[in-house]
Amino acid sequence: MPTNGAPTKITQGSQTKGGIGESTLRPDGILKVTGEFAYSSDMWHEDMLWGQILRSTVAHAEIVSIDTSEALATPGVYAVMTYDDLPTEVKNYGLEIQDTPVLAHGKVRHHGEPVAVVAADHPETARRAAAKIKVEYRELPVITDEASATAPDAILVHENRTDHHVGHVPHPNIVHRQPIIRGDVTQAARKADVVVRGEYSFGMQDQAFLGPESGLAVPEEDGGVHLYIATQWLHSDLRQIAPVLGLPEEKVRMTLAGVGGAFGGREDLSMQIHACLLALRTGKPVKIVYNRFESFFGHVHRHPARLYYEHGATKEGKLTHVKCRIVLDGGAYASASPAVVGNAASLGIGPYVVDDVEVEAIALYTNNPPCGAMRGFGAVQACFAYEAQMDKVAQRLGMDPVEFRQLNAMEQGTIMPTGQPVDSPAPVAELLRRVKAMPMPPERQWESSEGADVRQLPGGLSNTTHGEGVVRGVGYAVGIKNVGFSEGFDDYSTARVRMEVIAGEPVATVHTAMAEVGQGGVTVHAQIARTELGVAQVTIHPADTRVGSAGSTSASRQTYVTGGAVKNACELVREKVLEIGRRKFGSYHPAWAGAELLLEGGKVVTDGGEVLADLADVLGEEAVEVEEEWRHRPTEAFDLRTGQGFGHVQYSFAAHRAVVEVDTELGMVKVVELACAQDVGKALNPLSVLGQIQGGTAQGLGIAVMEEIVVDPKTAKVRNPSFTDYLIPTILDTPTIPVDVLELADDHAPYGLRGVGEAPTLSSTPAVLAAIRNATGLELNRTPVRPEHLTGTS
Amino acid sequence: MRVNFTVNGRPQEADDVWEGESLLYVLRERLGLPGSKNACEQGECGSCTVRLDGVPVCACLVAAGQVEGREVVTVEGLAEYAKQRAEGGCGTGACGTTLQDARQWRATGTDSQAGQGTELSPIQQAFIDAGAVQCGFCTPGLLVAADEMLERHPNPSDADIREALSGNLCRCTGYEKIMDAVRLAAARQGEAV
Repeated sequence: MPTNGAPTKITQGSQTKGGIGESTLRPDGILKVTGEFAYSSDMWHEDMLWGQILRSTVAHAEIVSIDTSEALATPGVYAVMTYDDLPTEVKNYGLEIQDTPVLAHGKVRHHGEPVAVVAADHPETARRAAAKIKVEYRELPVITDEASATAPDAILVHENRTDHHVGHVPHPNIVHRQPIIRGDVTQAARKADVVVRGEYSFGMQDQAFLGPESGLAVPEEDGGVHLYIATQWLHSDLRQIAPVLGLPEEKVRMTLAGVGGAFGGREDLSMQIHACLLALRTGKPVKIVYNRFESFFGHVHRHPARLYYEHGATKEGKLTHVKCRIVLDGGAYASASPAVVGNAASLGIGPYVVDDVEVEAIALYTNNPPCGAMRGFGAVQACFAYEAQMDKVAQRLGMDPVEFRQLNAMEQGTIMPTGQPVDSPAPVAELLRRVKAMPMPPERQWESSEGADVRQLPGGLSNTTHGEGVVRGVGYAVGIKNVGFSEGFDDYSTARVRMEVIAGEPVATVHTAMAEVGQGGVTVHAQIARTELGVAQVTIHPADTRVGSAGSTSASRQTYVTGGAVKNACELVREKVLEIGRRKFGSYHPAWAGAELLLEGGKVVTDGGEVLADLADVLGEEAVEVEEEWRHRPTEAFDLRTGQGFGHVQYSFAAHRAVVEVDTELGMVKVVELACAQDVGKALNPLSVLGQIQGGTAQGLGIAVMEEIVVDPKTAKVRNPSFTDYLIPTILDTPTIPVDVLELADDHAPYGLRGVGEAPTLSSTPAVLAAIRNATGLELNRTPVRPEHLTGTS
Repeated sequence: MRVNFTVNGRPQEADDVWEGESLLYVLRERLGLPGSKNACEQGECGSCTVRLDGVPVCACLVAAGQVEGREVVTVEGLAEYAKQRAEGGCGTGACGTTLQDARQWRATGTDSQAGQGTELSPIQQAFIDAGAVQCGFCTPGLLVAADEMLERHPNPSDADIREALSGNLCRCTGYEKIMDAVRLAAARQGEAV
């Protein structure tokens, strides 16, 4: 039933309150505002111990010796474990490549690598005991960039690689390489009237979720363990944890504890295995909670990148070709680097029509902090660079930057550089038109009758200007992000839905293993169940591993995939309920034999609205339950030489307009407004959609003007692991974020929806950069922009 | 050491407190009040904001011994605190809740998944209604800070709200819905007067 880009029409459940399309409120909202919601760091158990991890103080070294005797002799300490105490032959873990040691073995490869773990009866006792462990290091030279990684005599970060990428990479210090080759760039370049080349660099961003890595491992009587944990994917954790513990998966039970944000930073394991090891060793429940300092070492970051671009265009403003090379720093362990490479390459030229393309993306192994998943996942770095290029080409052509983008904008039917057709709405030009049409914030908002309100000026309460030297700039950007896991991954989800009568009312229970990390998946699941089953009451069962995998809360995929699984399971339940109805009541009314029966408001009705029966009467004492896996259409791997392949499930688009004011004398930037237009296919919960777009936009602002993990290039040590020195946007730094939501259905997706969470994180950053360039006339090829870049004092 | 103080109107006694423990640790790990959050434990994020004798402070930066004999209000007591203020009882945080009131309030909190039947303060209700809660980890601190600002400043401008809440980090929302929530609470407060 093609909808040709119109919003999806809903029939089943359209008369039931609290269904999809409404801004229903979060089922966990009251618990969260009263302080009763139990986050992973709130877990408590009688007799529990506290775990503490000792981390390496150097980035690259051989471990000569470890002496734990003094730590073990500390009163209150129950266990100290090192590599030698690991119980099985499996001592590494990893999302795709199992290259990450649970505890360092003979060598450390980055600053802050776990070396030993301690369990004690008080967290301070554990910390002090860990500090008494003596580790002797013999330092090695550090690999910190492409030049040092691929030098002929470079030390290998990982000797003896056996992973499935090693055969096609040009150097063992390269995790993965993905080229994309389409058409003939050399030929096409001849048609170019202007050619623009640029070199860009993107800083290392931290997810900076507020709820620290934490959890509680409780040993169980059968020799297994129950882990209460904050994660993005319970079953992925389980697959990595159980082998290291030497336990079958069924003896490692996992329950999702409250998750205080994630943004990609909880895709990899952090303290999961350490807590379980200590619990099994001591026979006591063990809680581990990182503090913020440790959190900066305890999860992977967004890949910093160097990006090299060449764009050609005719004088009429048509792109002739794009060449680019994207070098991502993966740090010491692979994490999600191979998939980030695939994304950066396949989305590397942006949402534009270009027939002749040559892209190469690689991720390095270095001794810098490991990098992996963060919201936007490879597409963010590319968008920063290709959007800067689009502005430069427009400027060279003397064209308006928005019109130039619109002239080259992809649309439904465009062929991606991977050869994949874009087979659902791609309103790139329309999003740009909408965001440009939004009203501009008034000039000189800081002026009032009582003088300048410094809170609205660059520098804010530092009181550095009252408007002198302040220049306004406006910039635009648009981006393309894939939705769901790509490149042939079996990206399924599972839902168990039960319907029964409780106290005379039909009640649906939805049980999935989906990690609710704040995005509001639980809200949407309840809405889907109401719509599909026509009931008022829906219970969301806590997420655990007693139901099949839901896949990851990543890649903007959960509403699509687990939402799809819930919808599918509800439809199967509905069929079963109607079967029961036909069996019980079919002979009383001919309409029971009709095809179109609906569940609405707790009743079975015909499509004409005639009530056939109450669900309570249909079900009686019976409960109907279905657990079923659900899959979106399959994708395929990108060819390793040409990058061709049907690699992505769905694309997602957002455009931003940034308005900034820059104090050109001191280099301070105030972002005045960040307007966004995004196509979401179908807004299942409009309020939550806005929350995703505004939140993603703010994270893009962060990496534009303030956030960066600073790694010392000489030592590969992290210099700013705290919220004192790593700055995320406050409410004063974040402007108003007006949003224009477009709903053009993707016919391949449940309800026509499109994944929302990541696209706004892409275009926000380049829009802010473009606005600062517009205000200052500077080239600004790196992000984040710091005052010294604006004042020429760097 | 032993620390005696009042939390949400109830006298509390914490034993075997190590001198280096923070008020945050004592609340969370010794008194079973984990509502105040531990996002940074270095006074930068505001997620542990509580009121100490009425003044908003980061509980992570207050040594447990410093609260001896003093009054603390946490997010768990915010509804009752706001109710008493509205009834004209006391706006300073030093008036206290009777033991019976405190028990009644505790008993209604967890009777369902969504906590229906829980009495909320206007700022708590506004955060839910405006969609200001996502992961919720910043929420307790923001609620205590926003409630205190509205107590001082019933008709804040946007710039006032931003200034008052600039010590509370949120990573999920981009702050827009938090602004909406505070505006909503202020407007409802204005209507009620």
